Amino acid sequence: MPTPTSTTSSTSRPDTVKLDRVVIRFAGDSGDGMQLTGDRFTTESAVLGNDLSTLPNFPAEIRAPQGTLPGVSSFQLHFADHDVLTPGDEPDVLVAMNPAALKANLADVPRGATIIANTDEFSKRNLAKVGYPTNPLEDGTLESYHVHAVALTSITVEALAPFDLTRKDKERSTNMFALGLLSWLYTRPISLTERFLTTKFGSKPELLAANLAALRAGFNYGETTEDFAHRYEVGPAPMKEGHYRNITGNVALAYGLVTASHRAGRPLVLGSYPITPASDILHTLAGLKRFGVTTIQAEDEIAGVGAALGAAFGGAIGVTTTSGPGLALKAETIGLATSLELPLVVCDIQRGGPSTGLPTKTEQADLLQAMFGRNGESPVAIVAPRSPADCFAIAMEAVRIATTYMTPVLILSDGYLANGSEPWQIPDTEDLPEFDVRLATERNGIDADGNDVFHPYLRDPETLARPWAVPGTPGLEHRVGGIEKANITGNISYDPDNHDLMTRLRAAKIDGIAATVAPLEVDDPDGDAEVLVLGWGSTYGPIAAAARSLRAQGFPVAQAHLRHLNPFPSNTGEVLTAYRHVIVPEMNLGQLSMLLRATFLVDIQSHTSVRGLPFSAADLEDVIQKAVTE
Amino acid sequence: MTATSSRTDLGMPGHGLEGVPTLPEDATPQTRKDFTSDQEVRWCPGCGDYAILAAVQGFLPELGLRRENVVFVSGIGCSSRFPYYLDTYGMHSIHGRAPAIATGLATSRPDLSVFVVTGDGDALSIGGNHLIHAMRRNVNLTILLFNNQIYGLTKGQYSPTSQVGLITKSTPMGSVDHPFNPVSLALGADATFVARTMDSDRKHLTEVLRAATAHRGTSLVEIYQNCPIFNDGVFDVLKDRSEGEARILHLAHGEEVAAGVNVVVRRDDGTLDVLPRDEADPARIVRHDAHADDPSLAFALSRLDDPTLAHVPMGIFRDVERSTYDDLVRAQIDGTISGAGGPATDQDIADLLAGRDSWMVGTAGKA
Repeated sequence: MPTPTSTTSSTSRPDTVKLDRVVIRFAGDSGDGMQLTGDRFTTESAVLGNDLSTLPNFPAEIRAPQGTLPGVSSFQLHFADHDVLTPGDEPDVLVAMNPAALKANLADVPRGATIIANTDEFSKRNLAKVGYPTNPLEDGTLESYHVHAVALTSITVEALAPFDLTRKDKERSTNMFALGLLSWLYTRPISLTERFLTTKFGSKPELLAANLAALRAGFNYGETTEDFAHRYEVGPAPMKEGHYRNITGNVALAYGLVTASHRAGRPLVLGSYPITPASDILHTLAGLKRFGVTTIQAEDEIAGVGAALGAAFGGAIGVTTTSGPGLALKAETIGLATSLELPLVVCDIQRGGPSTGLPTKTEQADLLQAMFGRNGESPVAIVAPRSPADCFAIAMEAVRIATTYMTPVLILSDGYLANGSEPWQIPDTEDLPEFDVRLATERNGIDADGNDVFHPYLRDPETLARPWAVPGTPGLEHRVGGIEKANITGNISYDPDNHDLMTRLRAAKIDGIAATVAPLEVDDPDGDAEVLVLGWGSTYGPIAAAARSLRAQGFPVAQAHLRHLNPFPSNTGEVLTAYRHVIVPEMNLGQLSMLLRATFLVDIQSHTSVRGLPFSAADLEDVIQKAVTE
Repeated sequence: MTATSSRTDLGMPGHGLEGVPTLPEDATPQTRKDFTSDQEVRWCPGCGDYAILAAVQGFLPELGLRRENVVFVSGIGCSSRFPYYLDTYGMHSIHGRAPAIATGLATSRPDLSVFVVTGDGDALSIGGNHLIHAMRRNVNLTILLFNNQIYGLTKGQYSPTSQVGLITKSTPMGSVDHPFNPVSLALGADATFVARTMDSDRKHLTEVLRAATAHRGTSLVEIYQNCPIFNDGVFDVLKDRSEGEARILHLAHGEEVAAGVNVVVRRDDGTLDVLPRDEADPARIVRHDAHADDPSLAFALSRLDDPTLAHVPMGIFRDVERSTYDDLVRAQIDGTISGAGGPATDQDIADLLAGRDSWMVGTAGKA
């Protein structure tokens, strides 16, 4: 719960209460515009200087039957005057646009929290749809909450009376009214949203005027109604000096790829097939032609990765984006890339599985598929971002590894990172890593007759990478293929010793990447922890929040987070054995734990959850505390 | 990106090799040897692939291209070993996927002449999806589809072009699968260039290759090819001089479609028939039009095939102009870049990263 730090403030209105943090959840029907509302509120908060973290949560159906539980879409935002690590476990405020939104979310809302409900939608029919026999706003169900029952829809329609729009169109602006009201309640400026609407509805002046009017009406309603005793204020968080923006994981990933392509001086070619929750990367990159980006929306997942690999053969940074089911389909082509030893970046935005699973929910259960999901010994490099903004850096790292080591690299992001957002300190372009990508231009060998020849599988002694010789380079004509090749010459070879050698070389090349990967860092402020919590991917936020809270209570906890899953940083084994107890929380049934046990022969406490949602920091806190005090 | 730069009218596509560097005029003319790799050819003795390889190696020098700008991409199957024997760039990829891989390569590299070598199983069974989509998009590729109506590399199972009733290891009582007609399939997929030729007719094969490489867009060339091990002699009646003359309906643009004493006529209902010339109404004899926008005639001709090979149209069914996918993709990108004043700079990257809603911390004002 937020902690009021003062009931009044001399610098703001007398009725303004200062809070250090707030978690708001906007919930409504899929068609109610909750994602947009949440997104705009987020931007307003970001520009105010709050630190924040967001969690969109929506059904796979685009428009499930109106007013039903499966159709509920929500957006949770945690904003604070201090460093924020998660979107928050429990909302302090629930905005429920209909009975379904109330019913679907009430269990997450702690008693004493605020509920703002749109009474217009609490009709007998809508209540019956979700199995409420009586109106929970009136029957005492919510008596332990602060309920603000507001006729959001009818006030919006009334406010838009002067506009020549259908009632339906007017009702569609209800989300802007709600945004205006919440913006007033939490003293957010609405000017940015006004600017956003002006861009969005620039070509439809009537709709623009209506949405602006609804937004302002919501803000003014807060001013004039006596329903709200206080306004709230959450001050800016202390952040390192710099230039910031809010960014989602998918956009950060796309920007990282483009920036890497720019730095490497090689064009970016994306081959992709639409799939939730990865499609936004395709959408973003399709809009970046200015940066020479080619996007090919292929006929299927296999063609997507095929086009990327074909482009890589031609000297481009070949990228494909997908989610679990698509990664399964791409497996054979990734195996080919492993054998051809060409750079390829495969982005798997994980979602609940198996099969179609939970398309819009998050999970981390593709780690073993990424490691082993191909025929034969076919090692690939695997990296995983730990937060939405980290997707930028991890994309650049993936391109670095792919081009330095001539190998496929898998990026394991997930639905939570993809759609979640956080403030990001925009890097100065001159601070970004340089990419020294060299294409082969000269022959590198001599044949039995003393002639200069090109050996496509003559390896760099340090990285074991073969040369990247692209078509169009005279004198380096060569053939590559998925059949085993003789080391050095690349000619077809069925020789047993050669296959053994090539299999070991491909493995050694991937293992060797660890030499250019930063060691695993442990965060153990007092240096006296005996329990280490080790995570990977999007669990970073909840783990860090739990560790911070426990330390504040006097429990020593060490935290480390893997961004490289294959190979592991070279000191990983040492880190693991330095602690009495190692806990590995994962949103799967223990896949990293299995790899760590097998690789380092260490005991691991695997803590798992596969609910399609990120861990709650409070749950992790309990688990870790037990281990610390045991 | 501005709306105006999102579409560019390219007009009619040019020559298939436009944009691919050629040798200087005073260069020593290339020979077949220049395109022959040092790898030993390992097809079965008597395989039709030898004749096709010889024809391709003999034909490539006449294009006058730099060897390094020629790429052969293949899938899996006997025919897909083809790239290993050509001293160009090449990729022997995975089963069925060559058109997808070639699409990525051709789209990102307008300076390459990209060939796909595939077979009936590779292109029409496991890779059917990629084949139809390459043709629909009209990517600038030349696809050589070796059709021997059998799976050779896996030792003799029936393929999607095998005739009904064919007895193979996987169909001991005869195949009940209805076969694809690759030409009909290509026309149905809106291919802009569709031709059929035969391994043993080097002259015809070379003529078709010449037209196929000149065509800008996807050129599908079906090549009847004999498998001496698992489906030997399946095209023998076409290879026999007198039998062949009577059966092969020669497709030449503007010419009557005829084979020996027979001609193709249009019936009252618009469908086609093959009749002895002396029984045909001269006004109904079909003259081939390979350049017609409407593919109906080409399709009707492709339907004249029958399982006994009584009459088989050979030649270019269709050769029409349509903007290519890769040209259009590049035009959008090039148009956007030139509209923005040239390639992206570090400042452009900085502007992209900052977006429109950024803010400063620790210094006054919003960015």
